[in-house]
Amino acid sequence: MLEARDLWFRYRRGARWVLAGLDLRVAPGEVVGLRGPSGQGKTTVARLLAGYLQPARGHVLIDGAPPPAATSRRPQPVQLVSQHPELAVDPRWRLAEILAEVGDPDPSLLASLSIAPGWRDRFPNELSGGELQRITVARALLSAAPYVVADEVSAMLDPITQAQIWHVLLDRVRRHRLGLLAICHDDSLLHAVADRVVDLPHLVTRPDNQLRPPAPLSGTRVTT
Amino acid sequence: MSAASDALGRLRGNPPQPVATEIAHRPLDRRRRTLVQIGAGTALIAAIVVAGTVLSASAELTDLTARRLPPSLAHPFGTDWLGRDMLARTLVGLRLSLAIGTLAATVSAVIALLLAAAAGALGRRVDTAVSWLVDLFLAIPHLVLLILIAFAAGRGARGVIIAVAVTHWPSLTRLLRGEARRVAASDYVAVAQRLGHGGWWVARRHLLAHLVPHFTVGLVLLFPHAILHEAALSFLGLGLSPHAPAIGIILSDAMRYLSAGAWWLAVLPGLALLTVVKAVDTVGENLRALADPHSVHE
Amino acid sequence: MSLLSVEGFALTFLQYASGLRRRRLEVISGLDLDVDAGELVAVVGASGSGKSLLAHALLGLLPSNAIETGRITYDGSPLDAARRRALRGREIALIPQSVTYLDPLATVGTQARRSAELAGTADPAAAARVAFRRLDLADDIAGRYPHELSGGMARRVLTATATIGTPRLVVADEPTPGLHPAMVTETLQGLRRMAEAGAAVVLITHDLLAALTVADRVAVFYAGSTVEVAPTASFAGDGAALHHPYTRALWHALPAHGFLPLAGAQPPPTDLPPGCLFTDRCPLVIPDCRRARPATRQVGPSLVRCIRAEARDA
Repeated sequence: MLEARDLWFRYRRGARWVLAGLDLRVAPGEVVGLRGPSGQGKTTVARLLAGYLQPARGHVLIDGAPPPAATSRRPQPVQLVSQHPELAVDPRWRLAEILAEVGDPDPSLLASLSIAPGWRDRFPNELSGGELQRITVARALLSAAPYVVADEVSAMLDPITQAQIWHVLLDRVRRHRLGLLAICHDDSLLHAVADRVVDLPHLVTRPDNQLRPPAPLSGTRVTT
Repeated sequence: MSAASDALGRLRGNPPQPVATEIAHRPLDRRRRTLVQIGAGTALIAAIVVAGTVLSASAELTDLTARRLPPSLAHPFGTDWLGRDMLARTLVGLRLSLAIGTLAATVSAVIALLLAAAAGALGRRVDTAVSWLVDLFLAIPHLVLLILIAFAAGRGARGVIIAVAVTHWPSLTRLLRGEARRVAASDYVAVAQRLGHGGWWVARRHLLAHLVPHFTVGLVLLFPHAILHEAALSFLGLGLSPHAPAIGIILSDAMRYLSAGAWWLAVLPGLALLTVVKAVDTVGENLRALADPHSVHE
Repeated sequence: MSLLSVEGFALTFLQYASGLRRRRLEVISGLDLDVDAGELVAVVGASGSGKSLLAHALLGLLPSNAIETGRITYDGSPLDAARRRALRGREIALIPQSVTYLDPLATVGTQARRSAELAGTADPAAAARVAFRRLDLADDIAGRYPHELSGGMARRVLTATATIGTPRLVVADEPTPGLHPAMVTETLQGLRRMAEAGAAVVLITHDLLAALTVADRVAVFYAGSTVEVAPTASFAGDGAALHHPYTRALWHALPAHGFLPLAGAQPPPTDLPPGCLFTDRCPLVIPDCRRARPATRQVGPSLVRCIRAEARDA
């Protein structure tokens, strides 16, 4: 179980709170959708869960325990796939190296994502956005991490590439019990992929930035 | 008729049309020109090195019957006050300057690479320290620092190499450090760390991949500076021993005879030095153009 | 007669492959498009299909190693390089993809006035004010810098600045990249209003559903070639009114219409198959498809580039 417990986050001391007491849970084999107004912190949640950011208060827990240290030599149990694949790959590496960064790439996974063998010698700038996103999704799945956070991964993709990527992700969820947090603003997509949907609460910041916001907050309102 | 226009013709059900815009066939396209320039520059430098090696003995030959002769067919650069052929002396001197300049530039560039990599990979404190060091060295007037270090390092070839090596790394470090910081802050490095790779691995596979192209070009562009500064030090008497015919020494000696009208003793070796420096600079600039990803377009 | 008519447009780049070898990269092999004044036509395709290059071509922004063939006609006359330079920013406007096209060091009012000057308007300050008001931007916005504006406002400033002086042809190149639905709607409605005010609008996007909310016709683009141009009404129900297999696959890939993934990927310009470009993935492929690139033909209200598209009664 991937759990965010009472997460509070802001970028600097004295800045407004981006998240205030968020609770969120993703079970193995489950797809949880995350929805919310733009600019309200969905990507921040993604980065907190995947360990790119540390919460000011609260914890991210995997099966009740904190995730391995950042210096651990094993892949982290929560991998993040973000909206901009061109930033997430080293432009001076060939695709074969990018895919091998996490170990020997499984040919059947690559085939399911329509990653052609001919791409292996190419550089990222020779591929389109859709092709690059297949690579970053493959890389996250090849890490065998039990949880993946997909942050608007198909927002910039055409419908067919979007469907292909999501089918591979859903297949992983069903067959390998992957726990998936799908951040997405497209309601019809969420309806097609998510088992349940969480709405990120809209925060109201008081002028004096008090730690306790006026209204009680709970992040796990379940709406489907 | 290109394949494109044939395909078009079939598409529209028309017979193939001639291509509307054809680029003029240029005998030397840009990339070829770049390679030619690199080749020519390298060939010139190689020729000087070879000539300098071959002629090292004849540069020493004194002929007191042929003193201070102006340029002629027998002696294209004239002779000096000891009757030594100036062309031979100049070539040997250039080779010496090139060797010292290369060695000093390489040491400098390696220092820059290591410092920049450390600044990028080892965190904010190290980066601040490196920045501070760079600013310190850049604040001191270059020539003053050069002279001080050459003097303190005991002059001679060793002093010159140390002096030049220790004063030329700051600008390259600044450049490489900027690149290193950018790489260290990138998403793909963050991903690499999340995939379980440690600092050394990331530095070796990601950081170096970005720094080495800049390093190589920066190294080649450092040579002209190194060569000229070695010449300056030798000119001031702080470099190589007066008996080694480094260009700086040749120029310094020639100063005495300029008022006597023996212009060839200074002008011709000086022009030769400029030519070599320009050749090295051309090679460096063209390498930089080639390494630029945009050069894939014509 | 259409305001803009693109016939058999093809684009090839001359590039260095490796070392000294040069190759020709056929990035667009057959683009047909026509847009009338008052009409909004969407060009829909996957990234890498060449659709953004059309925007660059129309504005005369292609690099020097680009070789064009085919015909582009604007207002009855050919749109050659000189004419593109003369008309861009005036009669032909480009709305670029991202708000980073705004100068971060100048107030938006200054940028709008500069744009109006370049467009040759008589009174740049007034034209800028009009353009801002047209997009519901208050007058005091002119004194702000781009970073002081919210995302939505910055997008509106971008659109206003790009369309000062009422251009007759507006090309919007991916105007809603990854934006939130509310902002997507707002941006697209702005484009629709421009069309209704009399401009010809070309909307280039990968987002088929969004395009359908505002377009009159949709041109579907695949691997550098137009495969179908269909009226918006054809995109409905089970997609029976769509004739090209790729268009059908796009429709059925949408989450609300089947979420069916068609296997395979779009071939890159370096690896185009002989004959029809869709042969590697097409469910209806027959040997004849590999022989030659199909011509465009009229099937009902649509133009289709497929030899298997059945002719139907309107």
